[in-house]
Amino acid sequence: MHIQLNGETYALSGPLSVAGLLEHLQLAGRRVAVELNFEIVPRSQYETTHLKDGDALEVVHAIGGG
Amino acid sequence: MNLARTDHPFTIAGKTYSSRLLVGTGKYKDMEETRLAIEASGAEIVTVAVRRTNIGQNKDEPNLLDVISPDRYTILPNTAGCYDAESAIRTCRLARELLGDHTLVKLEILADQKTLFPNVVETLKAAKVLVDEGFDVMVYTSDDPIIARELEAIGCIAVMPLAGLIGTGLGICNPYNLRIILEEAKIPVLVDAGVGTASDATIAMEMGCAAVLMNSAIANAQQPILMAQAMRHAIEAGRLAYLAGRMPKKLYASASSPLDGMIG
Repeated sequence: MHIQLNGETYALSGPLSVAGLLEHLQLAGRRVAVELNFEIVPRSQYETTHLKDGDALEVVHAIGGG
Repeated sequence: MNLARTDHPFTIAGKTYSSRLLVGTGKYKDMEETRLAIEASGAEIVTVAVRRTNIGQNKDEPNLLDVISPDRYTILPNTAGCYDAESAIRTCRLARELLGDHTLVKLEILADQKTLFPNVVETLKAAKVLVDEGFDVMVYTSDDPIIARELEAIGCIAVMPLAGLIGTGLGICNPYNLRIILEEAKIPVLVDAGVGTASDATIAMEMGCAAVLMNSAIANAQQPILMAQAMRHAIEAGRLAYLAGRMPKKLYASASSPLDGMIG
């Protein structure tokens, strides 16, 4: 299945939770925030939120800005 | 006429700060220069941007929040780069999650890339939604006193008119508008954007601004860390001068040395 990850098409080999995806991206435990189909996914729900084909996911972090 | 004023603390969202200088974290050479400049500035409130993570890249790159720790600084996430209310609102929601139930945000919605002038129509829309959702909104806006009044009425906690366009370093381009905003506002007024050098910051503080927010003036200086120190002093000098109340301007001279006791 495919999802939109930060605006790019991203292929997933099998069912995956948000927590699983962050682990796969080596972002687990990093200071990031996640939005799934325009809704915030709270950290506490990473494990229980499962990705579906066509989902749009945004993973953001803080960078320098004014 | 006695123009001396009494000091009152600089309080934002219930927290009192001793520094009236807020600084951005953009445009620095590297994380180390960012850290040193912010330390030298004495700032306690520091702005950051919220952006997509680079998927599959820079995994070992230090995270800004590891360098500018939320334990030490009040992090002010901004919506810079947003051109409409919807993306600004989404960015604020992400920031709240990113920083762990953090409600303080800098709302900034731009109108075009050439001027980076605020889009006040979208800003007013987003401010309403964010205030309703419980955000503490510090809002970047034009130096229009009527818009500033509207943003205060919506419930923003601080109004932040530009002194000049972002990144221009032109100083306070329209001091008379800023004066009107300062006279009318009941919430803190901060100058945000346009400051070029220390004297610009001092003038803003002498006029009665509660604080000044800057990024480029420090980051783009030849020696950012030294300029950060200069800005710290400039803000303090301006605040003290505001409290002291300047002497009236006069057309003709007035001798400082007494005429009594002159020889001859």
